[in-house]
Amino acid sequence: MSFLTYLKDGISLGSVYAIIALGYTMVYGIAKMLNFAHGDVIMVGAYVVLMLLTKAGVPGILAVLIAMAVCTVLGITIEKVAYRPLRKASSPLAVLITAIGVSYLLQNIALLLFGADGKTFVDVIKLPSLSFGDGALIISGTTIVTILACIIIMVCLTLFVNKTRQGHAMQAVSEDKDAAQLMGVNVNGTISLTFAIGSALAAIAGVLLCSAYPIVTPYTGAMPGIKAFVAAVFGGIGSIPGAMIGGILLGVIEILSKAYISSQVADAIVFGVLIVVLLVKPTGLFGRNIQEKV
Amino acid sequence: MAMLEVNDLHVYYGVIHALRGISFKVDRGEVIALIGANGAGKTTTLQTITGLLPAKQGSVIFEGKDITKIPAHKIVKMGIAHVPEGRRVFSQLSVYDNLKLGAFTRNDKTEIEESLNMVYQRFPRLMERKDQRAGTLSGGEQQMLAMGRALMSKPRLIVMDEPSMGLSPIFVNEIFDIIKVVSESGTTVLLVEQNANKALSIADRAYVMETGEITMEGAAEDLLHDEAVQKAYLGE
Ligand SMILES: Nc1ncnc2c1ncn2[C@@H]1O[C@H](COP(=O)(O)OP(=O)(O)OP(=O)(O)O)[C@@H](O)[C@H]1O
Ligand SMILES: [Mg+2]
Repeated sequence: MSFLTYLKDGISLGSVYAIIALGYTMVYGIAKMLNFAHGDVIMVGAYVVLMLLTKAGVPGILAVLIAMAVCTVLGITIEKVAYRPLRKASSPLAVLITAIGVSYLLQNIALLLFGADGKTFVDVIKLPSLSFGDGALIISGTTIVTILACIIIMVCLTLFVNKTRQGHAMQAVSEDKDAAQLMGVNVNGTISLTFAIGSALAAIAGVLLCSAYPIVTPYTGAMPGIKAFVAAVFGGIGSIPGAMIGGILLGVIEILSKAYISSQVADAIVFGVLIVVLLVKPTGLFGRNIQEKV
Repeated sequence: MAMLEVNDLHVYYGVIHALRGISFKVDRGEVIALIGANGAGKTTTLQTITGLLPAKQGSVIFEGKDITKIPAHKIVKMGIAHVPEGRRVFSQLSVYDNLKLGAFTRNDKTEIEESLNMVYQRFPRLMERKDQRAGTLSGGEQQMLAMGRALMSKPRLIVMDEPSMGLSPIFVNEIFDIIKVVSESGTTVLLVEQNANKALSIADRAYVMETGEITMEGAAEDLLHDEAVQKAYLGE
C-alpha cells in the first residue's frame, strides 16, 4: 500500500480519537476530573446502534440519534450518581477511582447482556468510495464521513464555546466555579451539559470506530478511550483544538508505525511520542501555561 | 424594613468557627462599611450572604425574603451582586465577554446594551480594552472590570470585598470615587475594606468585626473619630 493510503487511514482513525478526546478534554476542563469511563460510553453507543439495527430494524440515522440520546442520558446519570457526590471530596483520587469503577461496571454490564464474543457491526454508513489516480488511493465512504464528522464537530464546538452565552459560562466554570456562580451560572447544570455533549460525541465515535473496525465487544471502548486520553494530554488537556490535533497526530503516528516499523510496537511508539512531547512541553501542544493569579 | 438583615449568623469551616453569631442590617440607599483585621471574618460574611458558603445557624433576609438557603447562582437574579476579594475576573475571556457574563441572568437585550454603555462610561479604560483578555489587564483595571461585571447584573445591593486591595493610591481614589457614584445612582453598597480610613469617609454607617463577631457599630463619622477604632484600624 502507498504512503497516502496509510496517511488517510491514520487521519481517519485519528479523527475518531479526536472526537473521543474532545469529550475527555471538555470534562477535564470543566469538572477538573478524568472520566475514565468515557471510553466505555463509546462501546455502549456501538451496542445500542447494533441492537437497533439488527433487532428492531430501525433505520441507520435514527439509530445513531437514539444512541446519542442514550449515551447523553448515561453520561449525565454517571456524573450525577457517581461523580457529583465526590466533587467536594478532599482527594481528587476518590473520583478518579470511582471513574475506573464505573468503567468496569459498564464493561461488565455489557458482558452480562451481550457476552464476551465479538459481534459483527453492521454497515451504518452506506456511501460509495472515492477513487483517485486509477485506484491508487481509494477513500471509503466511512473514512469520508469520519473525517467530515470530525471537522464539523470541531467547528461547532469551537463556535459554541467561544461565541455563545452558554459557552462563555462553561469557560467561566472552567476557570473559577465560585466566580461563575456569582454571575448566576449554575455550575452543576454546566457540568451536566458538558457530560451530555461529551457522551453524545462518544456515541458518534462508537459508530465511526465500529464502522471502520466492525467488531463490537464489551472492551471495544477501552483502548481507544485510553488512546484518546493520551491524545487529549498530547494536545494539551482542556484545549479543544489540542484534542483535535492530538487525536489526528496520534492516529497518523499509530498507523504509520504499524506500516513502516512494526505493528507490535506501534502502541509503544505512540506512548513514547507522548512522553517526549510532555518532556519538551509539559502542558501539551496547545496547553495553556498555568497563569499565576494576582 | 431593612433591605438586608443578617441575624445571628454562624458559619464554620470544618471545626473552625469563623462567624460567631453576627447580626447587622443594611437599609436601602446606604453605604455600609464592614471593617476589621485580617481573619476577622469579613469575606466569610459576604460569601455567606451571596450563598457561596452555608450558614450553620441564623438567617439572611433580603427585601423581606429569607435567602439563607438559596444557592449562589440564584441570588444574583434576586438583586445582589458580589465583587469578590481578589477580583477573580475570567482571565481567558475578553473584557467584553466578562461584562456580558455579568449580565448572564438577564434576557433584555436592549437593556443589557444600556448597562454596557453605562459601565463603559464609568470605566472608559474598559471600553478601550474591551477586546483584550482580562488576564492581561493591570490589577487596577481588573478591579474595575470586577466592579463593572457586577454592575452588569443591575443589582439593587452590591457587596464589595476589599476593592482597593493592592492598588496604587491613584487607583484607590478612582475606585472610591466610583463607589460613591454607584451609591448616588441608587444602588445600596456593603463595603468590606482594610482601608478603614477611606471606607469610613464614604460610608454612612459601619460595623467593626473581630474574630467572627461584631464588636462595634455606629455612624461612620463617629467611628472615624473613635479612639479605639483609630488605634486599631486607622494606624494612628
Ligand atoms: N477555606 C477556609 N478553610 C478554613 N478556614 C478558613 C477558610 N477561609 C477562611 N478561613 C478562616 O476563617 C476566618 C475568617 O476568614 P475571612 O477570610 O472571612 O477573613 P477576612 O476578614 O476576610 O480576612 P482578610 O482581611 O484577610 O481578607 C479566618 O480565621 C480564616 O483563617
Ligand atoms: Mg477577606
